[in-house]
Amino acid sequence: MSVLASSINANSAEFQQNADAMREQISALNEVCATIRQGGGEKSNQRHLSRGKMLPRQRIDALLDPGSPFLEISQLAAWKVYKEEVHAAGVIAGIGQVCGVECMIVANDATVKGGSYYPLTVKKHLRAQAIAEQNNLPCIYMVDSGGANLPQQDEVFPDREHFGRIFFNQANMSAKGIPQIAVVMGSCTAGGAYVPAMADETIIVREQGTIFLAGPPLVKAATGEVVSAEELGGADVHCRQSGVADHYAQNDEHAIQLARQAVSKLNRRKPQQLDTKPSLEPRFAPEEVYGIVPADTRKPYDVREIIARIVDDSDFDEFKALFGTTLVCGFARLYGNPVGIVANNGILFSESAAKGAHFIEICAQRKIPLVFLQNITGFMVGKQYEAGGIARHGAKMVMAVACAKVPKFTVVIGGSYGAGNYGMCGRAYDPRFMFMWPNARIAVMGGEQAAGVLATIKREQYERAGEDWPVEEEKAFKQPMLDQFDRQSHPFYASARLWDDGIIDPADTRRVLGLSLSASLNAEIPDSRFGVFRM
Amino acid sequence: MSLFNSVLIANRGEIACRVIRTARRMGLRSIAVFSDADRDALHVEMADEAVYIGGSAAAESYLDMDKIFAAAKQTGAEAIHPGYGFLSENAEFCRRCEQEGIIFVGPPVGAIEAMGSKSAAKRIMTEAGVPLLPGYHGQDQDENLLRKAAQDIGYPVLLKASAGGGGKGMRIVWKEDEFSAALAGAKREALKSFGDDHMLVEKYLTGPRHVEVQVFCDSLGNGLHLFERDCSLQRRHQKVIEEAPAPGMTEALREAMGDAAVQAAKAINYQGAGTVEFLLNSDGQFYFMEMNTRLQVEHPVTEMITNQDLVEWQFRVASGLPLPHSQNELRIHGHAFEVRIYAEDTDNQFLPQTGTLNYLSTPEATANVRIDSGVREGDTISVYYDPMIAKLITWDTDRRSALRRMQQALAQFHINGVTTNRRFLEQLAAAPEFVEENFDTGFIDKHLDTLQANAAAARSAERQHHIALAALIALSNQEAQSLDTHLDSPWAKADGWRLNAPATQSLKLNFGEEQLELSCTLSQGGRVIDISHDGASFSINGHCENGVVHAETQGRRFRLPYSSHKGEFCLFATGADVRFSRHQGDFSQQGEQEGELTAPMNGTIVSLLVEAGTPVTKGTPLLIMEAMKMEHSISAPTDGTVGEYYFKPGDLVEGGAELLHFDGAE
Repeated sequence: MSVLASSINANSAEFQQNADAMREQISALNEVCATIRQGGGEKSNQRHLSRGKMLPRQRIDALLDPGSPFLEISQLAAWKVYKEEVHAAGVIAGIGQVCGVECMIVANDATVKGGSYYPLTVKKHLRAQAIAEQNNLPCIYMVDSGGANLPQQDEVFPDREHFGRIFFNQANMSAKGIPQIAVVMGSCTAGGAYVPAMADETIIVREQGTIFLAGPPLVKAATGEVVSAEELGGADVHCRQSGVADHYAQNDEHAIQLARQAVSKLNRRKPQQLDTKPSLEPRFAPEEVYGIVPADTRKPYDVREIIARIVDDSDFDEFKALFGTTLVCGFARLYGNPVGIVANNGILFSESAAKGAHFIEICAQRKIPLVFLQNITGFMVGKQYEAGGIARHGAKMVMAVACAKVPKFTVVIGGSYGAGNYGMCGRAYDPRFMFMWPNARIAVMGGEQAAGVLATIKREQYERAGEDWPVEEEKAFKQPMLDQFDRQSHPFYASARLWDDGIIDPADTRRVLGLSLSASLNAEIPDSRFGVFRM
Repeated sequence: MSLFNSVLIANRGEIACRVIRTARRMGLRSIAVFSDADRDALHVEMADEAVYIGGSAAAESYLDMDKIFAAAKQTGAEAIHPGYGFLSENAEFCRRCEQEGIIFVGPPVGAIEAMGSKSAAKRIMTEAGVPLLPGYHGQDQDENLLRKAAQDIGYPVLLKASAGGGGKGMRIVWKEDEFSAALAGAKREALKSFGDDHMLVEKYLTGPRHVEVQVFCDSLGNGLHLFERDCSLQRRHQKVIEEAPAPGMTEALREAMGDAAVQAAKAINYQGAGTVEFLLNSDGQFYFMEMNTRLQVEHPVTEMITNQDLVEWQFRVASGLPLPHSQNELRIHGHAFEVRIYAEDTDNQFLPQTGTLNYLSTPEATANVRIDSGVREGDTISVYYDPMIAKLITWDTDRRSALRRMQQALAQFHINGVTTNRRFLEQLAAAPEFVEENFDTGFIDKHLDTLQANAAAARSAERQHHIALAALIALSNQEAQSLDTHLDSPWAKADGWRLNAPATQSLKLNFGEEQLELSCTLSQGGRVIDISHDGASFSINGHCENGVVHAETQGRRFRLPYSSHKGEFCLFATGADVRFSRHQGDFSQQGEQEGELTAPMNGTIVSLLVEAGTPVTKGTPLLIMEAMKMEHSISAPTDGTVGEYYFKPGDLVEGGAELLHFDGAE
């Protein structure tokens, strides 16, 4: 046991400035989230409520066990992506506890564009299913959607990772024994009809839920038959005649009770696979992180100060503390569960990369989940380092990360640039969950560097032509590139496109990681097999 | 003469326990009897031996003499203590004890019989010179005769229809010149109401009190009294609060009443413990009402002020031993109160309540606080017996102090599972007129509405505090069930955590008779809850620990116990038991069962069960058909009437055929 010491001075001006800067970014985040929680807005919500329906977040609250946390994913999905506002991409998704079972809940928000599927709605729905499948979480779909957003059908319907994949996933998850429960609380038209039809168990609300392959207008157009939605695909039809739904609910509240009843009979068991200990809170206040992370991203700081505010009892057994010191590796516990932590503490060098590969292999071997605290501008560049085989050593770390099958969790706590993103388990490396802090930035390289690269090429053109490139012109040339990188590397931009699973308040890091880790433990931790390491 | 060795207690509940305690202290073997309902009762557990005597209904057990005597024989009981109620004043039972050679711990047969008939008792008392309420009960209804009777009795008098009841045909006459008019009025009314204008004339008592004297006589001819008790706080002749000594008693009056009581007992050759009940008028005159030939429910107040154990006295006297003390050795020490805690709904005409005592926490028994109870937590108050849960007795050096102790002890007496009169007793014990000794037998009737209105006002003043406390308790007791074997899972913290949003939970509570919908935002790990309800916002800061809520809300600090049983909470607040639970919609009675009145398959009609046109309730079987060697019944889908049957018995029907026309009542 080695408890981390902290050497911060919470009264220093610098600490205060840092904290102010962080708080500002957090309040911007909270503001955005508050807006998104309004769904389709006051008018739309009132219209929804006046039909006797509950709002999607109310439905989720009622479905969850009293007091259960809800780990929402992709809150910012579609934020400022489309010309119209599509809050949360019109679907709310996340993990919560239902009758003691950690479940993935996907709830359409009919107040947002009728709950229709935009490209990012599909992406979010599929991401939720991917999380459920990877972590063996029962899925509860609270369906209330008009189906594909027709003007964007080309971005929604045809491709591999488009609408059809939802049902492919339902089928394959069901095949794996991951329960699929649908609660039809609104429309479920056309392709959408397959959500309840493909579910293991389906509940439908009378005079609210409808399921049909073609709605009344299409039926009339096709055959001239005039029929009401309720007659065509209401609860009575499906519970008494068609057998498409299994349980008849009087209203939303009743439907939710029936869904809870269904979950209570799933006969699930959560495997016990880790050597757990009683949980201990960190010895330092998590909010102190605000003042520790420098407002100026170029300033270095000791990542152990962050670790000390996340892990149980601030207890961290460091591995190879004296070697490759720009990468901090070590063992700790989160809510009593053992974890391996890999955290950047500067640029990655060959030694740090090799150390990282070694540590990841150890954790994979011992089946200890891995937490990556990502703050990386990249691997070291330059003649000396290329010659020293930094690409070879970096590749080792990337190989280790890619093949380690233990649950991996990534939190981008600062920069996420270039190959550093790969080695530190970026999105492409399938972390079970990935979150960003509001101060984080993600891009192939820094804006300055990118603009610099382009400017260098441009200057060479001028020089070959024997011309001079005035400083002002160069500056004007670089500015759009700087602006673009600035905008696109912002976490709001990233999260809106589902490059991560959400942006979190740094003070919530322990809780978010703890919930994620616990959720991941619903699936058996598989063995890891590594590819050929370039020694 | 010496004490017998064993005693069977032909009773149950608190009195059985009370008798067993003394028996045990005196080294006597105690034998309990029990019915089906009392198999696991406290008195059975306390006794040295226990014998099953039959069914739960008292007639099948506690009132069945044969069974009681069989039990006594079987266990070799030398004596039987009848307690109060049941067989305690049954002359036949007493006689059979004599025949069976078992000592009856009570008076001789003759005394029971003498007091069993009210008119005979009055005659005996008149002869013994015990003052009776003067009155004219004669047949002759001549007005002058009645007037003369009124004069003899002395005004004010009460004119009362002998067939009467409910206040009809009744007049109070304050002075002679009102007499004629009042008599005419009363007669008119009596004739109209009862068809009979026969009148009685009685002394009208202004503000009478119920004062009774505890007497004790032995078989050697000694008799004495253990002073008086005041039982004026009554409701429908049910005593609610008793105290000893009676307030405002002078030594002279005490002696006069005591002498009269002993006189009464001696007149019927009484033995053992008895109580002579008097009405004490505000002018200091007292009148014999009746004599109870048993140990009274309220005997503990006498024990508290005399430091005597009356059950021990009973045992000694029944064995033929002399009274343990003489009159001049007895002194009054301090003042004692007793309240009877009942399972009854005081807001709903005091209807008896039944249920399981899922929470029972009493004040600590001390030299000042005594609790006589026959139940434990988890026991059931059943329909079979008296719904008394416990007697709470307090003592102190003077009346005010004893009453204060009673108020304090009542505040610490916490029961859930059944509705009790505890809160009502608190109101009574704190009623200023009662505290000021300004009361009579009409006290409760006179003040009931005011007391209940005051209590309701106090409750509504505290309402917001109670809502806040209820929210904190409900949210702190959220069950964090989890499949996880790891108990420290962050999912198990039921704090309603949300990502980038306040932890807001909507809380639907059944709160007394109401349903509340609260929006609660938790912070600081659930210690602080901001509540908005019905346009008001308030917050509470606190926690729950071991069934006690510690919290501050709206400028007030609370430390209150609460009980929790299967999701039903009860907060024991000052002056109010706040009952609440989380609301859950109940849809179990609705929906899918809605009626198909068609044949479920091919088959034969067996019988039509209801005549067409008869109103039926939902679920009533209407028709039976047979198919595949099985009978199927078709039931009414809702309340309504059968319009017409389309088939008759013996008809073959096809699956899906409509069988009858049903008109549902909407």
